[in-house]
Amino acid sequence: MKIAVIVFPGSNCDVDLYEALHTVCHADVEYVSHKQESLAGFDAVMLPGGFSYGDYLRSGAIARFSNIMPAIIQFANEGKFVFGTCNGFQILTEAGLLPGALKRNDSLKFICKTVKLEVVNNQTAFTTHYQPGEHIELPIAHADGSFYAEKSVLEKLEKNGQIVFRYAGENPNGSLNDIAGITNERGNVLGMMPHPERAVEALLGNEDGLPLFRSLLANVKKEEEAAR
Amino acid sequence: MTNVRIFVTYKESVFDPQGETITEAIHSLGHDEVKRVQVGKFFDVQVDTNQKDVKETVAEISEQLLVNFNLETYRYEIMEEA
Repeated sequence: MKIAVIVFPGSNCDVDLYEALHTVCHADVEYVSHKQESLAGFDAVMLPGGFSYGDYLRSGAIARFSNIMPAIIQFANEGKFVFGTCNGFQILTEAGLLPGALKRNDSLKFICKTVKLEVVNNQTAFTTHYQPGEHIELPIAHADGSFYAEKSVLEKLEKNGQIVFRYAGENPNGSLNDIAGITNERGNVLGMMPHPERAVEALLGNEDGLPLFRSLLANVKKEEEAAR
Repeated sequence: MTNVRIFVTYKESVFDPQGETITEAIHSLGHDEVKRVQVGKFFDVQVDTNQKDVKETVAEISEQLLVNFNLETYRYEIMEEA
């Protein structure tokens, strides 16, 4: 099993993702440059947070034109697991792999703090190690994190169980329906604004992000065994 | 060559926090006659009209890149022959 962490110009959470998977979860992880064109040999793809292409035009808008992007889209369309946090989430919406868009926070401020979340759906490949309805805390760090989608899209997300994480208590950015993280209809692509990779070690005060990576790795393994 | 200015703004249904904050600031200046400010952005684009119809070019680049139709809408003005 091998996991790819994509590195765009301006990514700044790629190391956090790598360390969460490699050092903490002992997974086989490799950085993949935006210049590459293939994801052959990888079983899951992680899109890190940061400011890809300087957030020019809109957050995540230019990353869509990277050399690696057609491979990521094909990877997702094949049903393989794709995860994007923060800027990674923005890139996934801009690339059309997830519905909706992330707009400027209602407060207009860059918000960097730990927030309370509810695990709304623990039946996704990314959340099986959480309890249903479990309340967790994860850090957020973004200016463009307010999730927006048309009413019909929101209804579909609710109906299909695609809303995986919701802000519990305070909604920090004005996201509609308190949305913090969603999957695509098939459930193999997850995007979320909070940073689970920054909450994987008790020594650093928070392990609430760890079940996400453990879930993903367990489910990749399960798929591998099923394919044998 | 033709100069085109493409304006991109939030759709009516989308809350524009910058516009609201600026409206409040204008009210602080005493201009209660200002009822609403909408913030957007514009792109000045120079198009070689010998190659392709300018309206087609504007529609294609707006729809494929400049505008995120989840949130935004656009209009444009053809400025002048450069």
